[in-house]
Amino acid sequence: MKPGFPRSLQSIIIVLVSIGLIALALGGYFTSATDWFSRLIVNMQTGVSARYMALVDFLTVPRDVASLRQQNSELEAEVARLQTQVIDLQQRVTETNILSALVNFARANPAYTYKAAAVIGRDPSPFLRYVIINTGSNDGIRSGMPVVTDQGLAGRVDAVLAEAARVQLITDPASVVNVRLQASNTDAQLVGSVTGDLSLDMISQDATVQIGDVVLTSGLGGGYPPNLLAGQVVSVRKLPTELFQQAALQPNVDFNRLQFVLVITNFNPVDITPLLATPGP
Amino acid sequence: MWASLVSIPVLGLAVMLQTTILSRINLLSGNADLILLILAAWALQERVKHAWVWALVAGVLIAYVSGLPWYIYLISYLTVVGVARLLTRSVWQAPLLAMFSVSLIGTLVLQMSTFVTLTLSQVQLSLGEVLAKIVLPSLLLNLLLAIPVHALIRDLAERLFPMEAEP
Repeated sequence: MKPGFPRSLQSIIIVLVSIGLIALALGGYFTSATDWFSRLIVNMQTGVSARYMALVDFLTVPRDVASLRQQNSELEAEVARLQTQVIDLQQRVTETNILSALVNFARANPAYTYKAAAVIGRDPSPFLRYVIINTGSNDGIRSGMPVVTDQGLAGRVDAVLAEAARVQLITDPASVVNVRLQASNTDAQLVGSVTGDLSLDMISQDATVQIGDVVLTSGLGGGYPPNLLAGQVVSVRKLPTELFQQAALQPNVDFNRLQFVLVITNFNPVDITPLLATPGP
Repeated sequence: MWASLVSIPVLGLAVMLQTTILSRINLLSGNADLILLILAAWALQERVKHAWVWALVAGVLIAYVSGLPWYIYLISYLTVVGVARLLTRSVWQAPLLAMFSVSLIGTLVLQMSTFVTLTLSQVQLSLGEVLAKIVLPSLLLNLLLAIPVHALIRDLAERLFPMEAEP
């Protein structure tokens, strides 16, 4: 600063120059210069930052990979555990729904006492329609007891062990159930087949059978209690040359997905075999 | 003799698998018979001596859970073992071909003896329906399952009867 140049004048000049520069900047006269400068700064900062991050990666990535792998395996194990839990819970929900339906059925039919059982196997022979249930004589199960689901008649106990029993389904080819067509109050026989289809036989030619007719057990013969739902008629075959009408039946129970059943434990089947007429000598 | 005792856990497990899983896997109305295939594969192993013991054990186990008369399975399984031993001792050197042959014969014997027995028991069965919906599908499933069962049983036999080192 030159001696004798008044200090206040210096300040005024600086303020004026500053105002002038600001005015020029606001007027856009320094745009190219500021752009060049800011680009330079940004490029420098980008370069420095990239090199710093590369250095950090170089120093830390090996340790992170190991920890990430460990974390990944832990998470995979957790996912597998949760998936197993989800499947287990879904299975329990399904079982609960089925058991709830069975309880409702038991409440709606209080005349009988029931023992619930899970289906744990099927007969190894494709000719037969038997299932194995996980209750036996230790739970009061006896041969001949009727077996139902919430949707109707399933079959009856054929053989009993201490902790398991074999149930002959009504779809078994050797199964014959005396039934009644509810609408016409006509007796018939419900027979199974090797394919699992059900059919009605021995229907009187005089009876009026219609598609959709409900079929219930009749109780005749003493093998099953009366009024258990068996299914609905889906087709009728009536030929004047035959003694009886026949009909195909759609069962209410899905026998391919049978999981739980109820055994009616207070029904004593009656063996009427000694009463049947036998041919004389 | 202890190799015969192995039949109890092996066939017990097979019966469990048969009743819980394979009996639910149906092709039309037929299903595979794991026990029959195990017996066929076991009896085809040259080093196995008492395959008929396995047939007896299998017959008893399966008769315990099945609604069929016990003698059907026993006779059929003994027939399977007999045919397999006959093929092993005589001409067959191709194990898989022999396995297929024994599976085919065994399936036919078992299914047809079941058909005859049920028919004699007054059960109404149609031969055409039985052939189309049970016998042929079961045969197909048994032939499909024959290869893996043969491989497994061959491994089991090699473990139970290891090759003796030649001097």
